[in-house]
Amino acid sequence: MTGKQRNIIYFGFVIVLMLATGIFTSWNSVLFIINFGLISAVMALGVNLQWGFAGLFNVGIMGFVALGGLATVLVAMPPTQGAWTAGGLGILTALLMGAATVAFAVLAYTRLTLGKLRTLIIMGILISGFVFYRVVFDPAVDAVEAINPSLEGYLGGLNLPVLIAWPIGGIFAAGAAWLIGKTALGLRSDYLAIATLGIAEIIIAIIKNEDWLARGVKNVSGLPRPAPYEVDLQNDLGFIQMTGKLGIDPILASTLFVKLVYAILFIAVLAILFVLLQRAVNSPWGRMMRAIRDNEVAAEAMGKNVTARHLQVFVLGSAICGIAGAMMTTLDGQLTPGTYQPLRFTFLIWVMVIVGGSGNNLGAVLGGLLIWWLWVMVEPLGLGVMKFITSGMTEGYWLKKHLMESAAHMRLFTMGLVLLLVLRFSPNGLIPEK
Amino acid sequence: MDLLNALVALSNFVLIPAIAYGSQLALGALGVTLIYGILRFSNFAHGDTMAFGTMVTVLFTWWFQSKGITIGPLPTALLALPFGIMGCIILILATDRIIYRFYRVQKAKPVIFVIVSLGVMFIMNGIVRFVIGPNDQRFLDGERFIISVRNFKALTGLQEGLAIKTTQGLTVITAIIVVGVLFYFLNHTRTGKSMRAYSDNEDLALLSGINPDKVVIITWLIVATLATIAGVLYGLDKSFKPFTYFQLLLPIFAAAIVGGLGNPIGAIAGGFTIAFSEVTITYAWKKVAIYVLPEGLKPDGLVQLLSTDYKFAVSFAILLIVLLFKPTGLFSGKSV
Amino acid sequence: MSEIPPQSDSDENYHSLSEQAEAHALAPLSEGDKLTDTSNAFLVGESMSGGYKNGPDILHNCTIAVDPGEIAVIVGPNGAGKSTAMKAMLGMINLSQGIIRLDNENITTLTPQDRVVKGMGFVPQTSNIFTSMTVEENLEMGAFTRRDKISGTMTQVYDLFPVLKDKRYQVAGELSGGQRQQVAVGRALMTQPKVLLLDEPTAGVSPIVMDELFDRIIEVARVGIPILMVEQNARQALEIADKGYVMVQGRNAYSGTGRQLLADTKVRKSFLGG
Repeated sequence: MTGKQRNIIYFGFVIVLMLATGIFTSWNSVLFIINFGLISAVMALGVNLQWGFAGLFNVGIMGFVALGGLATVLVAMPPTQGAWTAGGLGILTALLMGAATVAFAVLAYTRLTLGKLRTLIIMGILISGFVFYRVVFDPAVDAVEAINPSLEGYLGGLNLPVLIAWPIGGIFAAGAAWLIGKTALGLRSDYLAIATLGIAEIIIAIIKNEDWLARGVKNVSGLPRPAPYEVDLQNDLGFIQMTGKLGIDPILASTLFVKLVYAILFIAVLAILFVLLQRAVNSPWGRMMRAIRDNEVAAEAMGKNVTARHLQVFVLGSAICGIAGAMMTTLDGQLTPGTYQPLRFTFLIWVMVIVGGSGNNLGAVLGGLLIWWLWVMVEPLGLGVMKFITSGMTEGYWLKKHLMESAAHMRLFTMGLVLLLVLRFSPNGLIPEK
Repeated sequence: MDLLNALVALSNFVLIPAIAYGSQLALGALGVTLIYGILRFSNFAHGDTMAFGTMVTVLFTWWFQSKGITIGPLPTALLALPFGIMGCIILILATDRIIYRFYRVQKAKPVIFVIVSLGVMFIMNGIVRFVIGPNDQRFLDGERFIISVRNFKALTGLQEGLAIKTTQGLTVITAIIVVGVLFYFLNHTRTGKSMRAYSDNEDLALLSGINPDKVVIITWLIVATLATIAGVLYGLDKSFKPFTYFQLLLPIFAAAIVGGLGNPIGAIAGGFTIAFSEVTITYAWKKVAIYVLPEGLKPDGLVQLLSTDYKFAVSFAILLIVLLFKPTGLFSGKSV
Repeated sequence: MSEIPPQSDSDENYHSLSEQAEAHALAPLSEGDKLTDTSNAFLVGESMSGGYKNGPDILHNCTIAVDPGEIAVIVGPNGAGKSTAMKAMLGMINLSQGIIRLDNENITTLTPQDRVVKGMGFVPQTSNIFTSMTVEENLEMGAFTRRDKISGTMTQVYDLFPVLKDKRYQVAGELSGGQRQQVAVGRALMTQPKVLLLDEPTAGVSPIVMDELFDRIIEVARVGIPILMVEQNARQALEIADKGYVMVQGRNAYSGTGRQLLADTKVRKSFLGG
């Protein structure tokens, strides 16, 4: 069996799986799975670029995804009336002052000679800078958050089309990745792991707590959509006529149609990224990356700037995750910082990459779709299994009750099991690197 | 008098909580650092190992409580702790036998071990959630305070109160005992020294006839014990919630790296560094400031440097500073 | 710790040297000669061929032997397989041919650890001490397999290396290069070995320290422990050697007593710098 045949079988299996799910549940839920599966596949492509092609261990995917989500709010939401005049400029000034403080401190560190005096000067710069920052920042934030707090209380966005947020989300993530990569790359691989784990938590903490930015845990909902609204479709005569011809209930048809529009958009993004990545990894650049991954010392000896190349790949991969994050928030129609959890947004993506086959873009896509399906379906399937296991027990027996209630937690266990089984028995994944 | 009041407030809100939290982090970081030193990988499942050991302890505590078995003013969890440790040891040895050993024999790269530990993390997390659920569980009983605020005020006549929770006292005492025993073991017993030798220079240790399998098993035993104790102390002091334990991974790793990965003394120093920074930076200093500062300078705000939601940011910032200026940590760890 | 392969230019050099060597009176030594007679040897690796896992053979029909109570030295150019020959005798190399005997017992199939238990003390060239442990702990670890009292042996080691006694509670990683080597040798002696194998014990130490180390090594030999040593500093090593092996490209090129080899003009010209 050639690799091509095998890949066709795999993807054919995914299609059959989706069709079967559609028949046994509903077409709406299958489209829901497919849409999130496509987003997951994009994330997996980004992580695969970092891990599969450069051997970089990034466990901060959640943070980059969340930055993409933040971008959606900042780009697509209408600006809040009066927020900018009330405190927006103050916040901006304060942030610039904060940046200037850090810049001065770095300048002092590099320009002055080592000694007590330097330490004192740097401390002075940092402390006074921080005090001034807070003096400007706090009242400005209060002013912004006081504006219509039940609905707004934040700066709002730029009121631009939401699709623009996707590349902007990538840029946001790239910026954060550059900062973290600059400090942690070139050190040991474990350090990058911890650093990315930390930055992700911090990004989430900022989005959760800085209400002036995106309302924090109060969530921003009602994001503009790139697809039409179901209600509009249901009132659209042309659409109703079309559904009449096809013999589908217009309400069902409208929900399916909207999801299809999203799916097509996502497939387009996935396809573009896939083609670009394929070309990149098959280019001399891609060969160099793999050479660095396989033997850093030798690559360095041949004059390759390993750290710079790593930074490049790290930023690119994170940007892809940022794009995926923006896509996801667009699909959700709201930004809910409280729902970002590392197990779901970081480690699940890792399972996708490892299962699909690290170092292979097609594998990443397959892993994304397949594992996402499993992630969603484990709950109903687990419930079925539990029903079967407990069928012999009498109703109301404590163990039966406990098992039925806990079935939902089978998810994490299953993911861990799948990851370990693949690592053990097929360490190169379903579609290995050529 | 004002200075005394300030000191009491400082102890009550900063020093005592930070010492307790630092002890918990130190015990956690010791586990991480031992695994790193001996088995040579960063164990991402450590937080969930702590959660598992704590969960077993919680279950035994509940069972004891339902049978009416308590130990007076002390929390019943202490009685259940040995069972929790036992449960954790069984799980972790099984994990090593079924999962990690395969990769050890293969001499897999450290990063593979890290990814494997991700899988283990998922499974342990799943087990804990499956058995006890994802919610907050309380299992503390017995006397709540060693000194309560009211007693302290009555005793000293000071305006500020000082409370020492039983759990805080227990944490510090247990941590001192555990660390003492651990260091005695590592520095003064044959087996402990052979562990250090193995961590220091694997090839030479093999050449000296040190049995690697034995070293690995003993390491896991110690790690399981440390993890369970750290987890139970944290759970008694705060509360037991599986997700919180997963999140503890970050400050624990920060502590281990800040101290120098693979260095046990460093892990303790790192634990306290992280704990004190977190608490001092996220504490609202107003209470202390009103006693110390002259009348005219009394602060209006809370004088809080960062909101408590940013405590992870603090551990992380310290981690970054250390990585930038001293990548091997305060006490030089290994740089593999 | 892989063997550095010889550079191509020097490679040719040595090749021609070994060709010259064949015509030479000293080597290869004929059958029945005292030096190739390994029947009395305490430790012998006989006609060893082999190399690292999956790699090409590094050793070709190479024979090294140490007699009781003597110091044997392996010298030769870089990449000649000196260390490999020693590691082969320790069981760290896959041998395709050859027999290793210790005290007339065939140990060819034993693991390195078992050979250590059998009485082979080994001091690797690098990473030969536990840097984070004290001098005394290093010695204790050397005696890890022993179940009897080790204080006697430790006193002997301290008598041999008085410096170590003064620094017994110091962390070994903080010692000077020469002192570290003493710790390394001391650690190996703690197993009460019947034979001691040293892989370039003087690599990277100053000439003065080197002389001192050689003095110590002679003292160890006087206690009755035969010593096999790989050395870069060929001249000094041969001066203290009872027997010397010159290896070229994984083969025995010359062998003889240390004095003989030093006196031999060919050997001097090619390996000792005239």
